[in-house]
Amino acid sequence: MKLLFERSVEGRGNDFLPEIKTGDKRPADKYQRKTKLHLPEIAEVDLGRHYTELAKQTHGVNDGFYPLGSCTMKYNPRIDEETASLKGFTDLHPLQPVESAQGAMELLYKTEKLLCTITGMDALTFAPAAGAHGEYTGLLLIRKYHQEHNDSERVNIIVPDSAHGTNPASAAMAGFKVVNIPSGPDGGVDLDALRNAVGKDTAGLMLTNPNTLGLFDPNILEITKIVHEAGGLCYYDGANLNAIMGRVRPGDMGFDCVHLNLHKTFATPHGGGGPGSGPVGCKQFLEKYLPCHKVAEKDGKYVFTDPERSMGQVRSYYGNFLVVVKALTYILSLGKEGIREASGKAVLNANYMMNQLKDHYHVAYDQICMHEFVLGLDDLKKETGVSAMDIAKGSLDYGIHPPTMYFPLIVHEALMFEPAETESKETIDEAVKIYLELFEKAHSDPEYLHNAPHHCPIGRPDETKAAREPVLRYEFND
Amino acid sequence: MFKNPEELKYTKTHEWVKEEDGLYVVGLTDFAQDALGDIVFVNLPGVGDEVTASKAFSDVESVKAVSDVFSPVSGKVAEVNEAIVDDPALVNNDCYGAWLIKVSDVTGTEDLLDAKAYEEFCASEA
Amino acid sequence: MGRYIPDTAKQQEVMLKQIGLNKIDDLYSMVPEEVRLKELDIPEGKSEYEVLEDIKALADKNTVYSSVFRGAGVYRHYIPAIVKTITSKEEFLTAYTPYQAEISQGVLQSIFEYQTQMCELTGLDVSNASVYDGAVAAAEAVFMTLERNRNTFLVSSTIDPETLAVIKTYCESRDVDLVTVESKDHKTDLEDLKRKLGDDTAGLYVESPNYFGLIEDVEAMAELVHEHKAKIIEGVDPISLAIYKTPGEMNVDIAVGEGQQLGMPTGFGGPYLGFMTCKKEMMRKLPGRIVGQTEDHDGRRAFVLTLQAREQHIRREKASSNICSNEALCAMTASVYLAAMGPKGLEKVALSSYNNAHYLESELNKLGFTRCDDGEYFNEFLTKSPVDPDKLEKKLAEKKILSGLATAESILWCATELNTKEKIAELVEAIREVI
Repeated sequence: MKLLFERSVEGRGNDFLPEIKTGDKRPADKYQRKTKLHLPEIAEVDLGRHYTELAKQTHGVNDGFYPLGSCTMKYNPRIDEETASLKGFTDLHPLQPVESAQGAMELLYKTEKLLCTITGMDALTFAPAAGAHGEYTGLLLIRKYHQEHNDSERVNIIVPDSAHGTNPASAAMAGFKVVNIPSGPDGGVDLDALRNAVGKDTAGLMLTNPNTLGLFDPNILEITKIVHEAGGLCYYDGANLNAIMGRVRPGDMGFDCVHLNLHKTFATPHGGGGPGSGPVGCKQFLEKYLPCHKVAEKDGKYVFTDPERSMGQVRSYYGNFLVVVKALTYILSLGKEGIREASGKAVLNANYMMNQLKDHYHVAYDQICMHEFVLGLDDLKKETGVSAMDIAKGSLDYGIHPPTMYFPLIVHEALMFEPAETESKETIDEAVKIYLELFEKAHSDPEYLHNAPHHCPIGRPDETKAAREPVLRYEFND
Repeated sequence: MFKNPEELKYTKTHEWVKEEDGLYVVGLTDFAQDALGDIVFVNLPGVGDEVTASKAFSDVESVKAVSDVFSPVSGKVAEVNEAIVDDPALVNNDCYGAWLIKVSDVTGTEDLLDAKAYEEFCASEA
Repeated sequence: MGRYIPDTAKQQEVMLKQIGLNKIDDLYSMVPEEVRLKELDIPEGKSEYEVLEDIKALADKNTVYSSVFRGAGVYRHYIPAIVKTITSKEEFLTAYTPYQAEISQGVLQSIFEYQTQMCELTGLDVSNASVYDGAVAAAEAVFMTLERNRNTFLVSSTIDPETLAVIKTYCESRDVDLVTVESKDHKTDLEDLKRKLGDDTAGLYVESPNYFGLIEDVEAMAELVHEHKAKIIEGVDPISLAIYKTPGEMNVDIAVGEGQQLGMPTGFGGPYLGFMTCKKEMMRKLPGRIVGQTEDHDGRRAFVLTLQAREQHIRREKASSNICSNEALCAMTASVYLAAMGPKGLEKVALSSYNNAHYLESELNKLGFTRCDDGEYFNEFLTKSPVDPDKLEKKLAEKKILSGLATAESILWCATELNTKEKIAELVEAIREVI
């Protein structure tokens, strides 16, 4: 497959723009670029074909089953793309007068209210551009809260060992120290470990519930109480909200702030790694610390305000606005019942799939799971030499995107499945059949799986070579 | 079975150290390089930096992991091995030749193991 | 049934039975009774048609200007039709981050191509796969320059206020001492820079063109900063780099910027594209995803996410950044835009913007809008206003023209290739009616 640059022919190109009628000046010589600018010179038809070929080598939700754990790869409704492409949104300048953008501001305001109702929060900002960015913002809320209460000793954020890698990274970025606590034998938070970890230095706890093992922690009210009694705040990582939306709310479980991943739970497409949107909601007592440029309603008109004791800004303007348009379209489509049905069916799908696999594969925690479950392939590996990676790579040949591999870290040879609610019974039945075939294959022909995939555009790439001798750009000869 | 040369001293965090021309030479053990897998980058300190016994002074990256390297001794970095920055595979291929740093002005060491004790320690870890 | 759920009630019953349960609610037995939600208090779901009508009604409440003379960090440019067509392909749109290289070569290759193009534009060695926006790119770059004994960071007072606000927040959370370098005639004051540079300076952030549209003397600043062994970060306008000196040519260490100009609509603030490139020696400090070229076992060229040990999922709390999802599809958009334009096309965008802006300046000058400064500028400039800028804004809005941005006593005007001679004539005509 050729690179754009390898398709380039000198002198080729397209003409999209009118002739310049206002002059033919150039900047003075001392300001001018002297280095040759290598950009592809390529005709529109070839450009189209280039990307069509690249698309064929890309697997999206629309290409097949995508049970990538913790990523909630549900179907992305096409109507959302249409609403987000309306000129009345795409062509707005963020600095145009507020009177001329009332519809856009109303949209932000309405979506804020809906998401607050869904999460049990009182206020919300759309500034964060992704989940990790939301975590950072939520932690800055916590930091600001303690600062304003002259509680500078509160420097620790407690994070369970099953947490997403972004949790400790975000905490460190927000200036906190990370205190890891182990999970209990049931996969939940070890209450004694938590009690021992909290104290005068506790700023807060970051928790995903259901956690990354796909388990809902039944002690959740006790957990948030322990943290609150120690003077800390509770942060809800909303990456797994799809399991519980419409059924139980982070705000009611004792959390003080949350981030959401609109590109997971609210069906906006992930675009091969963004743009996402990671709004952060909070309880009223934290509202005054939210980022600047927040929409408010004043005398029947929408305005931008800076909260009284704002933390400042984490991104320019108002966040990934067009992604919010898609999320609102989705929420309005589903409504109160649809939201509940989505979470219920997501959980049903996961349990149904886990149930069919568990006679063969080892389920890390064999109990009713939420929207995802984790297999531990340690035994299979000892028995056959076939690893979680081998099974994952084997599934590629069947047109299935593998589950999340080697995560959470507390399960050896982990495979984490999340079959979202938009997948049908037939799709799951078919996937189960494939995973059982792979299980057989692991015993009958492990070598075959060590070398999988066999029918993809490439085989397993040499990642060691990539990291040892980094080639990070195309080099031109002239 | 891992190689642990007799003439070296070892730490429980899998570094080796030897005294040579008044400097303490530090590297990673066979056990460490094997556990890490293909090493792709070694993040070394600068010459003149202080190192403290039992404290991390460097980290090594493999494709999917990163691991701290702890100093067996306290002192000042006198030399760093630039060769392994250019070719980190040297650590995998010859971990006792591919040293990381040499330390001068040594003021103390942590409790070091001899080859036999280290071998036993590794066996108990496995 | 909820929308987008394919299975019928009957199928769901079968599935429930298979796992030994009677109803969906039984799946939630772990949830404490007292917090179970009986009913979610939001409106009933609607049909696709109704939702579209509702959202359209909101879109219709906004003014879409037919010509825009306002930039200030966000610019309306022409977006060739092919750009949207390609980036709407559902494989690209609906994929997650390319963790599985074997079925993600399309996305991975496109990022590799994007990285190459950004290196070419900025004249630097290494690019990442993008961050959230230009402001965050600047803030992340600040972190790249910090060292154990260097915790003071200098920022010019001529930068975009949105970027400054983000840098401030990021620096505060890591206890970085942020010091502002004063300006003189809307340009960074080199004398003040000299005074503020010290042995604890980690770096300097400056934009060129700066917020007021002026080209800064980045070369001189780079020299001063490097004398103190600190780093210089330049915020750039990617379009301007088709004709202006690159960060690489001026010995800049890190270039960052807003990539919205490269094929993305202004979209009321986003999604945008933060790009970052740097010199090779800073490669491992670069945050975010990076794609590298390698081979598979048959020797076929392959692309993978690489240098991952820098990142949060491996390094956890020791990672320099927490970034995970970035703006991949926006990066692809920029890449398609640059490929569609080609070197000549991009130069034409830059020269159109440059000439339109300078023509606009001379036309406005005739109307009494005199320039505040006299330095070199690309496509934005500041003028005094003979009329109340608010009144002007309102009057022009009636003709669907968005005026320049009022800042204190003056107006910041902008022109791109879309502000043609005809559009400028319409503006002039409209202004005449006000003064």
